[in-house]
Amino acid sequence: MAIPRFWRHIGSRYNLVGTKCKVCGKVYFPPRDVCPVCHRKSLGSMERVKLSGSGKIYSYTVIHTPQKDFEMQTPYVMAIVELDEGPRVTAQIVDCDPSEVHIGMRVRAVLRRIGEDGEGGIIYYGYKFVPERTSAKGAQGHLSVK
Amino acid sequence: MRRVAIIGVGTTKFGELWDKSLRDIGIEAGIKAIEDANISGSDIDAIYVGNMSAGNFINQEHVAALIADYAGLAKRHIPATRVESACASGGLALRHGFMAVASGIHDIVVVGGAEKMTDVSGADATATLIMAADQEWEAFVGMTFPGLYAMMAVRHMYEYGTTKEQLAMVAVKNHRNGALNPNAQFRREIDLDTALNAPMIAYPLGLYDCSPVTDGASAVVLAPLEMAKKYTDTPIEIIGSGQASESLALHDREDICTMKSTVFAAREAYKMAGIMPSDVDVAEVHDCFTINEIIATEDLGFFKKGEGGKAVEEGLTERDGEIPVNTSGGLKAKGHPVGATGIAQAVEIVYQLRGEAGKRQVDGAEIGLAHNVGGTGATAVVHIMRRVN
Ligand SMILES: [Zn+2]
Repeated sequence: MAIPRFWRHIGSRYNLVGTKCKVCGKVYFPPRDVCPVCHRKSLGSMERVKLSGSGKIYSYTVIHTPQKDFEMQTPYVMAIVELDEGPRVTAQIVDCDPSEVHIGMRVRAVLRRIGEDGEGGIIYYGYKFVPERTSAKGAQGHLSVK
Repeated sequence: MRRVAIIGVGTTKFGELWDKSLRDIGIEAGIKAIEDANISGSDIDAIYVGNMSAGNFINQEHVAALIADYAGLAKRHIPATRVESACASGGLALRHGFMAVASGIHDIVVVGGAEKMTDVSGADATATLIMAADQEWEAFVGMTFPGLYAMMAVRHMYEYGTTKEQLAMVAVKNHRNGALNPNAQFRREIDLDTALNAPMIAYPLGLYDCSPVTDGASAVVLAPLEMAKKYTDTPIEIIGSGQASESLALHDREDICTMKSTVFAAREAYKMAGIMPSDVDVAEVHDCFTINEIIATEDLGFFKKGEGGKAVEEGLTERDGEIPVNTSGGLKAKGHPVGATGIAQAVEIVYQLRGEAGKRQVDGAEIGLAHNVGGTGATAVVHIMRRVN
């Protein structure tokens, strides 16, 4: 991925910044300029908000045939996480055995290495999610600064 | 609006066609279709080409002009238009051809679909297919295309008790049908154990739950119905056409056990055709992954939501069942050259409605439906066809 293409989303990738529609109150991630509920009325009223990073698993899968650059992690768990503020996000679930993962499982976001642009290229960081129970030992990577 | 008929169809064999290029297969399908329609190149008013990603598969864009050129039509300067909506490109090209003839802008239109997928490595083909999903917010974080459908399957199993065995039964049925289709990529039957014990791709989807990487092209010739009898004794009328969209990313949908795009496209097509789902005699549905045949048969109104898995288990979608689904072998066994698939589905329905489907023939089929999906359902296209007596 070209550096500017990654860089322009860094707020959302590092800090789970989404948008809240000030007209209807609905929260979106990633950020949107137009609210799908309010349409034109929402223009100029989409406020940036940092999400807590806490949520639960809506659905998941275990990837055995990865895309390029994820071979080293295979098999790995991917999920749609429903954040407590409402929006859903696709992310990797780490720091647990794939067999533990289930629908409804509480998880929270951490900042981790996602990949890199070839050898010696820039390293991409972003959100992954861990089971909520590991909060003590994984505190360093915790995205949510209250 | 004028009534529109399919007066000719053609298809290449589907599979790994090492000795053939995109233009070779595009022309082969087109020529078969115009021979079947008994027209010549000078009769053609316009062509439409469904193609998902020639730029990534063969580093070639502008493929509608390319195919018109090698079809010998460059000197006639007719309009040649490429249509792209990921894996629904073929179905959407058919809809655009249909609208062009229905509106009266063109009379004879050739609609083709073509994809050459095996000139790149399997890894590169996989990387291209995920481009149908959201690159920034799905692919970037490690998601794969099978992984997205796998999450639909996990949720469908959770909500409705659908089983991995029922998914496997879709593959077993479609391989059984594909074995009878001379143009299918896989012409051998598989048993349930083989499907269930195949290597895992993305839990719960194993190798046999996934459609293959395929080269292939298909084409149809469209004409106004009032002109159709001049060319053929067996015109097949397109009586309904529907198209709908949905969020690009799977995670933005309230319910991933349904594709709203399928529901809305089908509603529009049924309304235009003036029929009910129970009037359909034979259907080709978008089984890119086994779970999607189950979801689609529910969303198209053949079965209640949540009962698609049970319907497969009870044999309701077999060739002699209540609603035969994917008699061609489907994307699973016939193969899935992404941009060609929507046209290939229409070709199978035409064979069925003409009574030319050989050993896969559904007795007395009069109304057929083709359902084509782009990505994880951000686009769906539904066409309904009827034999003209
Ligand atoms: Zn709003």
